[in-house]
Amino acid sequence: MYSKKVMEHFSNPRNVGEIEDADGVGEVGNPVCGDMMTIYIKVDDGKLTDVKFKTFGCGAAIATSSMITELAKGKTIEEALEISRDDVADSLDGLPPIKMHCSNLAADGLHAAIEDYQNKNKSK
Amino acid sequence: MSKIYMDHGATTKPDPEVVRAMLPYYEEYFGNASSLHSIGQEAAVALNRSRQQVADLVGAQPEEIIFTSGGTESDNLALKGIASLKKNSGKHIITSVIEHPAVLNTCKYLQDNGFKITYVPVDDQGLVNPVDVEDAITEDTILISIMHANNEIGTIQPIEEIGTLAHERGVLMHTDAVQSVGKIPVNVDDLSVDMLSISAHKIHGPKGVGALYVRKGTRLESLVQGGGHEMGKRAGTENIPGIVGLAKAAELAAQRLDDDASKMCSLRDSAIKKALESIPESYLNGHPTRRLPNNVHLRFSYVEGESLLMMLDMKGVAVSTGSACSSKSLEPSHVLAALGIPPEQIHGSLRITLGRENTMDEVDYVVESLVEIVEKLRAMSPITPKH
Repeated sequence: MYSKKVMEHFSNPRNVGEIEDADGVGEVGNPVCGDMMTIYIKVDDGKLTDVKFKTFGCGAAIATSSMITELAKGKTIEEALEISRDDVADSLDGLPPIKMHCSNLAADGLHAAIEDYQNKNKSK
Repeated sequence: MSKIYMDHGATTKPDPEVVRAMLPYYEEYFGNASSLHSIGQEAAVALNRSRQQVADLVGAQPEEIIFTSGGTESDNLALKGIASLKKNSGKHIITSVIEHPAVLNTCKYLQDNGFKITYVPVDDQGLVNPVDVEDAITEDTILISIMHANNEIGTIQPIEEIGTLAHERGVLMHTDAVQSVGKIPVNVDDLSVDMLSISAHKIHGPKGVGALYVRKGTRLESLVQGGGHEMGKRAGTENIPGIVGLAKAAELAAQRLDDDASKMCSLRDSAIKKALESIPESYLNGHPTRRLPNNVHLRFSYVEGESLLMMLDMKGVAVSTGSACSSKSLEPSHVLAALGIPPEQIHGSLRITLGRENTMDEVDYVVESLVEIVEKLRAMSPITPKH
């Protein structure tokens, strides 16, 4: 049911972990629903220099988390905000239809982390 | 790497003897059992012999066995067949909250069609309290349907007690015995049931065939109108190869019951003990002793079941999970929810169902794999507490 690419990211997820002094943290989903992820970003000069994740969830949730870190790393804030749920799914050669809604949270997680970064910087 | 199959609650591999018994009924004895000529009569002989073999497995008479397309149809026939015949004498049916969807959704259908259904609860180990069933009986009650053993957690219900009290109150009793037949002794008189559902593919038989035991004198309405096959209770030309396969599987199950059960109990207990000892915050779902010999149902905090299942699959191990993420409906298991397990823990549950071919080495490999996988997923999980 999963593409080869999903399976590849699921079995060897990239950038797992936390960033201790993260500039932004985004938390989306809920363990009660079966999927929850936290995305950590490090920002330097308007660019995402590091992106990491921690995820509780199914194969699709883990693969999309891994994929978003690859897609976002090195991008500017503006570029990263453009990354959509569909982009994540497309980069993984698609997700099963039933997983498109519930487990495809990674783009939301990234956007939440950026929002957190922007809010922190506004108040400074 | 050879695969380790531990999902026998889902289906089993047909026994080579079953396949051998079936083949002649595709290749040579293709007759219609209703035909009077000798080619048809060969099929009729096989049908009668099969009916006897299936009856023998559950202590029934051959004329009490109705062949169906499987457990789901057997459950439908029992519930709808009684409901539609008895609708003028009563419209109340009692079942449990942890039934298989074949019973639950049939009850839902009957509810939509004017019947009243009482769903009795279970305790935190999955047991129905017979007192709850007794208290639910009214003058309007026509049928009680409680499964013999649960398909997810393997809890074995006190059907004897429930069947006895049903009969004291003049109510018919059905049990879905799809998971228990062939694994523990099942006798329709000991269980005090009027109807009992059986599936072939859960006992190393073929898919697409099953049976409903209907006690002599119990009338029910056929769901399928046609040529009067199966004593007027299920029309349609009989699936002779499938029925022969079911009968062979039943015969083998009866012969091997004692050996299989004691072997699987020792594998089961060892798997449970080793997993609980070597994985922190792991728990057993279901009843510790009133449990199918082949059922191991565990849950692990902070991890999600589909990921567990997939990582085990990559290690060549086939199991299943109660996690919503692996179900078509995206709903977490209604059985685990009924035990009072919180949703985030339901997602972290795993069902291992053993078969007669599994070995202790395989059990050890699966437990070792689980230790590694749970650790890996917990390291990745944002809800794992930091120590």
